[in-house]
Amino acid sequence: MNKQRLRAKIIKYFLQSCGSLSIVIVLLIFLFLFKEALPFIGSPGLQELFHSVWNPVSFQKEEFGIYPLITGSILVTVLATVIAIPFGIVGAVYISEVASPKEREFLKPFIEILAGIPSVVLGFFGLVVIAPLIKQMFDLGTGLTALTGAVLLAFMAIPTIMSISEDAIKSVPAAYKEASLALGASKLETIWKVVVPAALSGIVASVMLGMGRVVGETMTVMMVTGNAPIISMNPFTSVRTMTATIAAEMGEVTIGSDHYMALFWVGLVLMLMTFILNMISYRVLKRYGIHE
Amino acid sequence: MKNPAVKLAVLMLVLLSFAAAGCAKKDKTDSKDKKSVTIKGSDTMVHLMSSLAEAFMKKTPEVQVSVTGGGSGTGIAAIINGTTDICASSRDMQQKEKDQAKEKGISIVEKVIAYDGLAVIVNPENPIKDITMEQIKKIYTGAYKNWKELGGPDHPITVLSRESNSGTYVFFQEHVLNKENFDPSVKLMPASSSIAQSISQDKWSIGYLGLGYTKEGNVKVLNVKKDENSPAITPNHNTVLDKTYSIARPLFLIFNGEPVGSMKLVYDYALSPDGQKIVEETGYVTLK
Repeated sequence: MNKQRLRAKIIKYFLQSCGSLSIVIVLLIFLFLFKEALPFIGSPGLQELFHSVWNPVSFQKEEFGIYPLITGSILVTVLATVIAIPFGIVGAVYISEVASPKEREFLKPFIEILAGIPSVVLGFFGLVVIAPLIKQMFDLGTGLTALTGAVLLAFMAIPTIMSISEDAIKSVPAAYKEASLALGASKLETIWKVVVPAALSGIVASVMLGMGRVVGETMTVMMVTGNAPIISMNPFTSVRTMTATIAAEMGEVTIGSDHYMALFWVGLVLMLMTFILNMISYRVLKRYGIHE
Repeated sequence: MKNPAVKLAVLMLVLLSFAAAGCAKKDKTDSKDKKSVTIKGSDTMVHLMSSLAEAFMKKTPEVQVSVTGGGSGTGIAAIINGTTDICASSRDMQQKEKDQAKEKGISIVEKVIAYDGLAVIVNPENPIKDITMEQIKKIYTGAYKNWKELGGPDHPITVLSRESNSGTYVFFQEHVLNKENFDPSVKLMPASSSIAQSISQDKWSIGYLGLGYTKEGNVKVLNVKKDENSPAITPNHNTVLDKTYSIARPLFLIFNGEPVGSMKLVYDYALSPDGQKIVEETGYVTLK
């Protein structure tokens, strides 16, 4: 009896430590980022980060203004989300409510394959196929624009949005649907006025998670957005995202240099942004959640 | 309740750090009797260095040479941080970098092993054939925005460059832009091949590449004039070697101290007739 108790205790502690390990890791990463970024405050000073020119390699004056990187990330993320939402949600509704079981069996593996495409491959596809297409469609000088990156990132966000929304829609109690149909509502009315609103919390969460994936994506945007650090909210210009900046420049810097620390600040801002995104989705989930 | 969990987490971390320390120690003992040489740096030189390494290892099987790219800046950072044996660089080190190396106790030795010309390329459908150094500079600093300012058709110019970690970028900035900054709207591409790829698709774009890369994609190499009145020079082996072509540069191997042991073997091989033959075969320009 005693032995069994001990075993239960050990297993419990083991599980507990596994659970808390992720907290420890997050804290350590945050501490490390902060530690590497900290000396920047003394020299050259934090104000160097808050202006609009990012030009870290220069014979004149190195500039570490992170505004263009932040607007670049925001523009690409918002565009990608706007493109992905209709496809993701309508797709989820179709698969869970309308499609026959056979169709579902056929469609679902393809969505999973879309989710599994390596980002480099997607980037290469973008460079060779999507960029020229966008250039032609909108009669631009070049296809290397924020929109090109956003279209490709939408491809990555769609599977996330679709599969989580589908779970949410499926978990709406059958009684809701039956009641709606029994009251004489059509199938379409039932889906849009009963099922989707009931699953809203899950759908919002799926969109937020999709956004999280998009904000952090690096390789694809680096290959197709042109990486020009200019402040712009025009989808047809080039942008440089925070992730692409870190990936492209981290290799070159000397450890401890101003440029190195500036990149860590970019990393901190990026982490803060995903943190805020998660907080928002958490709040939304709480407010609109169906409590069973 | 919380305490044991925290303890366990700490224990795991301590174990992990021990493991990491163990790995680090192993690396150190390896480096004493070094039979493996790592070369890191210039993307321009990756093809050249890996061809050299391959031939070298056939001749000297007891030394293992590994070559990685990432850009000259990456290689220089690696030699300053002590994470590579040899740095391949398509530019010489800046004073600031030399100072950083000195601070870390690294004594830098730069050796030229070949020359390279930078080709300025456009889409084959672009009617422009010749370009002056001044015009290139004006395009890249943002003074010229339209091809008609160069006597071409009325189309905006899409300007492409390498990323700032590339030696080609810094060399271009120093010798073509005379140390002025690139215009912020210049698009920075992660690799030489993506520049070639984009230019073969965008009719009105311009870019620059190492001579060894001009065969990739469907691109046209422009003839470069030193100034208005000079003749237009096509970049090739002869014009780079006799320095009539304006945008040419030496390619370096950078060592920590004079090369010794396996590193000296690699360096000597690069300068040997066999090594220089490989330089020529891979599209670069030999020392003589």
